[in-house]
Amino acid sequence: MPATTVWQAMSLTYQRDLVLAFRRWEQVAQPVVFFLMVTTLVPLALSPELNELRQIAGGVLWIAALLAALLGLEFLYRADHADGTLEQMLLSGQPLALLAIAKTAAHWTACGLPLVLVSPLLAVSLGVLPGALGTLMLSLALGTGILSALGAVGAALTLGLRRGNLLLSLLVLPLTMPALIFGARAVDMAVHGEVARGPMLLLAAMCVLSLTLAPLAVSAALRISLE
Amino acid sequence: MDAAAGQVVHVAGPNGAGKTTLLRVLAGLLPAEQGDVSWRGQPITSDFEAYAATFCYLGHSDALKSDLTAFENLDYGVGLRRPVTAAEIDDVLARTGLSGCRGLQARVLSAGQKRRLAVARVMLAAAPLWILDEPFTNLDRAGVSLLSGVIAEQLDRGGAAIIAAHQPPAIPRHAAHCLELG
Repeated sequence: MPATTVWQAMSLTYQRDLVLAFRRWEQVAQPVVFFLMVTTLVPLALSPELNELRQIAGGVLWIAALLAALLGLEFLYRADHADGTLEQMLLSGQPLALLAIAKTAAHWTACGLPLVLVSPLLAVSLGVLPGALGTLMLSLALGTGILSALGAVGAALTLGLRRGNLLLSLLVLPLTMPALIFGARAVDMAVHGEVARGPMLLLAAMCVLSLTLAPLAVSAALRISLE
Repeated sequence: MDAAAGQVVHVAGPNGAGKTTLLRVLAGLLPAEQGDVSWRGQPITSDFEAYAATFCYLGHSDALKSDLTAFENLDYGVGLRRPVTAAEIDDVLARTGLSGCRGLQARVLSAGQKRRLAVARVMLAAAPLWILDEPFTNLDRAGVSLLSGVIAEQLDRGGAAIIAAHQPPAIPRHAAHCLELG
């Protein structure tokens, strides 16, 4: 009997995780609502002056997006671990690292992509000019991708812990600092009409690196957590 | 212990004797503290993914997603191992008495129906070795008889089964080799 190919297994896992995410729609809505709330509160707390807001928009949007994307990470492997489906993935004969890539991709589609899509709306409300919106969206797409990949390692490592959520944030956020620095800098440059090619290329390189190496670490961490 | 083709091994013992631990070691989920686990003469650690493709494990949990329907659970659970058609899934749902639950999410199924669905996944996986941990839990008399018959068919096909259970399984046409722990 022919076995399922790796691509079919990855596609099945990606589709299943998306179906599950949208059946629990609050898990998809929660990061977007958090992102909206934080960026809406900034003008209330600092200043409604658009010129002032424009100066800090890049940093505010990036910090809010990273924290929002962090919210959904805990659910990445916990439910699969609790109901035994993670064990079945490990025993399916498919490479666990590649299934981890599919799960990370599904997590980004459900948690990262909605943030990227609503970011122009929030950026305009913070006084960002339309010319900088492309850079903002691309930088956030790369940044949330990095967070999903690194966050998957943290989620897999803290799987066996009863209160792993705090540890997860402590593990993952410091690792995303380089992305935050270059991402916020890229948006800031675009807001001031400069070409943000340098920081964007560095961000893309970080994204490729984390997407390449993180699944191997996730696979090893999951095997340890399942023992 | 050994399990040969066409053989069923019954792992027995009091609570806490290590039945589940033994089965998890055999499934490669736990490393063996002493000794080795080999499949067809090769240590299972030499190519774990190839070994995993040859057996199907049913643990204490039913490994079902509560937000997916019975059909979707089988489509994914079996689909990870081999391509499966809707007709095959419908057949096995009918055989396990779950045709009426095809479109129901697993969360609304009873404990016995969930166990039947987990058994349906094992039936569809087409693996030569079945490792079943307390497979009769939550099953009614008809369910026990169905599972016993299904295990007998697996042995008739030349497959093997290792079953941890408190009661000796009554497998039609086959006598279980008992391994008493503790």
